[in-house]
Amino acid sequence: MQGLADGYFVIPYTIGNFLANEIRTSSINTSLPEFEQAENEVRDRINKLLSVKGNQSVESFHRRLGKIMWDYCGMSRNADGLSKARKMIQALREEFYRDVFVPGTDKEYNPEVEKALRVADFIELGELMCVDALTRNESCGGHFREEYQEEGGEAKRDDENYAFVSAWQFNGMDSDPILHKEELIFENVELKTRSYK
Amino acid sequence: MKVTLKIWRQSGNDKKGQFVEYKLDNVKKEMSFLEMLDVLNEQLIQKKEQPVAFEHDCREGICGTCNMVINGFPHGPQQGTTTCQLHMRHFKDGDTIWIEPFRAKAFPIIRDLVVDRAAFDRIIQAGGYVSVNTGQAQDANAIPIQKEIVSEAFDAAACIGCGACVAACPNASAMLFVSAKVSHLSMLPQGKVEAKKRAQAMVKQMDEEGFGRCSNVTACEAECPKGISVANIARLNREYLGSVFTSEVNA
Repeated sequence: MQGLADGYFVIPYTIGNFLANEIRTSSINTSLPEFEQAENEVRDRINKLLSVKGNQSVESFHRRLGKIMWDYCGMSRNADGLSKARKMIQALREEFYRDVFVPGTDKEYNPEVEKALRVADFIELGELMCVDALTRNESCGGHFREEYQEEGGEAKRDDENYAFVSAWQFNGMDSDPILHKEELIFENVELKTRSYK
Repeated sequence: MKVTLKIWRQSGNDKKGQFVEYKLDNVKKEMSFLEMLDVLNEQLIQKKEQPVAFEHDCREGICGTCNMVINGFPHGPQQGTTTCQLHMRHFKDGDTIWIEPFRAKAFPIIRDLVVDRAAFDRIIQAGGYVSVNTGQAQDANAIPIQKEIVSEAFDAAACIGCGACVAACPNASAMLFVSAKVSHLSMLPQGKVEAKKRAQAMVKQMDEEGFGRCSNVTACEAECPKGISVANIARLNREYLGSVFTSEVNA
């Protein structure tokens, strides 16, 4: 999966250049309203998770989410499965905030708090992946929408309608995210169907 | 299989620690050692108890975080592997397994099996780098280097900075770690430029962090999950002495 995530390769090159320009920037003051706001938001999130005091471990939610993603949002997926997965993840999220158990406090080294924050993120991201896959009515990249295939079973891309990158804007936990299209414009190459035959 | 675990529990560096016994009766031999601890932690959480804190990240033997002393051996009794690469099939049904953190003055305990290895980071910051402009990495074949040198430098570069050498050493010396970093860089042309300054700076930082002196016990090499050779320590000594007697300008 690391190999598929472009950031793994791109970041080492870009971050060095970025930091080189920041080398004379002295440490940034933390008594700024932006810092305070971010700190309060994180503290609220942590307190929210610690105060649930439910009966199920963070790990158990992570595994259940993984199973949903594996079954319905894997390399090969279809609209029925994705819609079902989205509902299942929403139900899982509701259960998570109602019945998760995070031991310990926020005043100590507590890997379970960290894990809970991550799994909370994964639940949101998992749902977004289903939403994103549902809006893309084509088979593109490493992902195969079963409804969109050539006669021989090859992936069927739709460059006319989907030659864009989807950038999703968070719009609150219970609202649909907002789609921003980043058009893919090719100046020197023409789009062709990839064939391994 | 069933195992009895005796795990060191300590809530902080200034708190008193103790071994606590746990019994696990649903361990599969296919599990890695860390997966076995995951099972234990899941059970502890079910009982609303505090899980055992241990560090882990890649779980494939390259990140160097899954540090613990198992039955007296850093990373366990198996040679040339990290804890995450140790599997329960190497233990017998009914075994009692003792698990402790890496113990060294320079590695204060954060919690249970987690120690603070920032001392290693500070040693690297003191000199474990080459000064180059940022940008795209140079093409690997642009500077021809003899195969023997490349291989030796690469062997030294295999060090993952886990600290097993410190945990294995009766003096808690960090010489194997520091020597691996100094060797790997000073053998290559890119690292030769700052070699003298580097040897001085890294040794100075190592001493300041409170690591012990090397007395050639070589337990570090025996316990190193990456098989780093103590020949690197000889090279560090030569680099360090050479840097004392000659100046950077004449290099």
